[in-house]
Amino acid sequence: MSKRLTVLGLAASVMASSLIMAAPQAAAQESVYVPLFTYRTGPFAGSGIPIADGMHDYLQMLNERDGGIGGVKIALDECETGYDTKKGLECYDAVKPKNPVMVNPWSTGISLSLIPKASVDKIPVLSMAYGLSASARGDIFPWVFNPPATYWDGLAMIIRYIGTESGGLDKLKGKKIGYIYFDGGFGKEPIPLFEQMAKEMGFELKLYPVPPGEMQNQSSQWLSVRRDRPDFMVMYGWGAMNPTAIKEAVKINYPMDKFVSIWWPGENDINGTEGAKGFKMLNWHGIGTDYPALKDIQKLVVDKGLSKSPKEKVGELLYNRGVYNAILIAEGIAQAQKITGKKVVDGSDVRRGLENINLDEARFKAIGLPGFAGNLQLTCKDHNGHRAAFIQQWDGAKWVKMTEFIEPLPEKVKPALDEAAKEYGEKNAGWPKRSEACDKS
Amino acid sequence: MDILFKILIDPFLQMGAMPDLFVQTIWDGFVTGVLYALIALGFVLIFKASGVFNFAQGIMVVFAGLTLVGLYEMGLPAPLAVLVTLGVMFVLALAIERVVLRPLVNQPDIILFMATFGITYFLIGLGELIFGGNPKQMITDQLFLPRGAIEVKMLGGFVQFQKIDIAAAVIAVVMIVALAVFFQKTRIGRALRAVADSHKAALSVGISLNQIWVIVWFTAGIVALVTGIMWGARSDVSFGLQVIALKALPVLILGGFTSVPGAIVGGLIIGIGEKLGEFYWGPLVGGGIESWLAYCIALGFLLFRPQGLFGDKIIERI
Repeated sequence: MSKRLTVLGLAASVMASSLIMAAPQAAAQESVYVPLFTYRTGPFAGSGIPIADGMHDYLQMLNERDGGIGGVKIALDECETGYDTKKGLECYDAVKPKNPVMVNPWSTGISLSLIPKASVDKIPVLSMAYGLSASARGDIFPWVFNPPATYWDGLAMIIRYIGTESGGLDKLKGKKIGYIYFDGGFGKEPIPLFEQMAKEMGFELKLYPVPPGEMQNQSSQWLSVRRDRPDFMVMYGWGAMNPTAIKEAVKINYPMDKFVSIWWPGENDINGTEGAKGFKMLNWHGIGTDYPALKDIQKLVVDKGLSKSPKEKVGELLYNRGVYNAILIAEGIAQAQKITGKKVVDGSDVRRGLENINLDEARFKAIGLPGFAGNLQLTCKDHNGHRAAFIQQWDGAKWVKMTEFIEPLPEKVKPALDEAAKEYGEKNAGWPKRSEACDKS
Repeated sequence: MDILFKILIDPFLQMGAMPDLFVQTIWDGFVTGVLYALIALGFVLIFKASGVFNFAQGIMVVFAGLTLVGLYEMGLPAPLAVLVTLGVMFVLALAIERVVLRPLVNQPDIILFMATFGITYFLIGLGELIFGGNPKQMITDQLFLPRGAIEVKMLGGFVQFQKIDIAAAVIAVVMIVALAVFFQKTRIGRALRAVADSHKAALSVGISLNQIWVIVWFTAGIVALVTGIMWGARSDVSFGLQVIALKALPVLILGGFTSVPGAIVGGLIIGIGEKLGEFYWGPLVGGGIESWLAYCIALGFLLFRPQGLFGDKIIERI
């Protein structure tokens, strides 16, 4: 027995010493650590999986094709949050000691919890087109970024589109607009602006919250829609909520061309639903694989078995949304390297890099994604860009772009955003004034 | 005064003003209630036979649904996929009896209850490992389940009956009748009832507890498959469905943990009650009250019948 214990002890010490020997070697290999908070399990996996794949595959492709960014490998890491704020915070605590250059929470709830930590831990939070709308104010939230548009911009674009459909924004007076939303941080986010717009433009707003536990049990909400007969329905849904809402809308014969969603439904949410033709949603980027960078992903990542995505899913709407998120990550790191002259950058450097993102037509072409999305320039003061999006419509088999880019309503959004940012600072006593210097762009 | 009007008078005026919507709400509540009853039935079957509150019933619904669709996607014809899924549920019942229940026999109920938590997380992991986390569309057409709706003009408007909902109600009724016959008329059914009454007495007359547990868990698996098909056809088969299964809790509080009729009547009361509540009273508090209203209804009933709807009154003499 004691002999066996001695052997085991020896084996353990050999393993431990080999680990200690390996540690400096790993540290010596130059890399930037990018954790991705993802959810491939649970009720939100339907939305989470393609996004996780898109993010991972683009960054992996950079590793395979270019050896990383600026000659430095990207150390990719996934942490499963299940879209649960508690688990998201556990992920954050797990990745923090590994010096991440940024975190991508992929949940408004997790983002809200990380905002106060970002400036303390010097880890930028990139919440792409989600999270706290007011965090677009770089002078108040120097460590938080939410490009290319806030949920408030999204709402403004939808209202603007609905206005155009009705013959002008002034024609919205007396109309009834229903809002069906995920009854959590994300869905509640645009309500203050929605209520304000309803007051100013004279339309009636009807709210239909869907509790998280009832995402697949929405018949009451849609019965209320049938009773109230809104002229238009707006949806902010996620995960299992989206396909159920679309099915229920079809069930009550709600006119699908009057049903407009924020940018989160994907093909999986609607494909195969009879009667869903005509459903509309916002989007700001390309779909499909007809871009050199996407072809590289297929060749260097998917075909080599380095992706978790089935080949036919590459290029789908939410997959490409993940790719867009990864572009922002890569650009933030590249800009940080350019500004600081360092190859291995840290969170503070990448914060500066993100503030200097300038994705114009030429840059999109240079990274192998010509015409993939509209220009985006972030600044020290503007961490969002408030970029325009377009409306696309489901034709029964695929999404079809049906409008040009619709600008948000800055005259409505900006004052509300400023007020919300100010309020956030007041509510969180001791919210620090920005001390980080701005780079000259 | 205004608030009292909105709570006590206005909803009833609305019911009178739009009677078609009232009927529609009742129908939607009825169908939801039938599905709740089916889930609750799974809980009741296992509780009756083993005294275990099976927390895993919700994930069994998801697992059975995913297995069916997954097998179909792998190329099996739908009827064969149903049969193989039933086989999988039988193997699962056998494994649970051998690996979980048998080693824990004679342990306190709370230990067995906690073991069903373990089964839940095991099945979540296994399901995601085999079928992935993506929601799947139920193979409604392949199972010859009807699509579309029947619109009946009535009461100055119309009431819409989804064919799949009608099918769900019919299948649930057939299932309940079949279970009742099975319990009352068959030898195994009588053995199950004996076990439910007293484990020791059942053992003393030669009934094998282990065999009974396998049968009961398998029956709960069949119920789970039917529920998975029906609920999956209404939305998708996703892991979100297991949360809905927890709606069976207020149904069980209301109907009693050991009563099959209680599960059915409780399911209908909760289903119809929560739909009426959400539709007529929900807007007063901003909506979204369904998730907790079911518990309020159950607790309200318990104030008047603490033993549940069909439970026996417990009189303890001191």
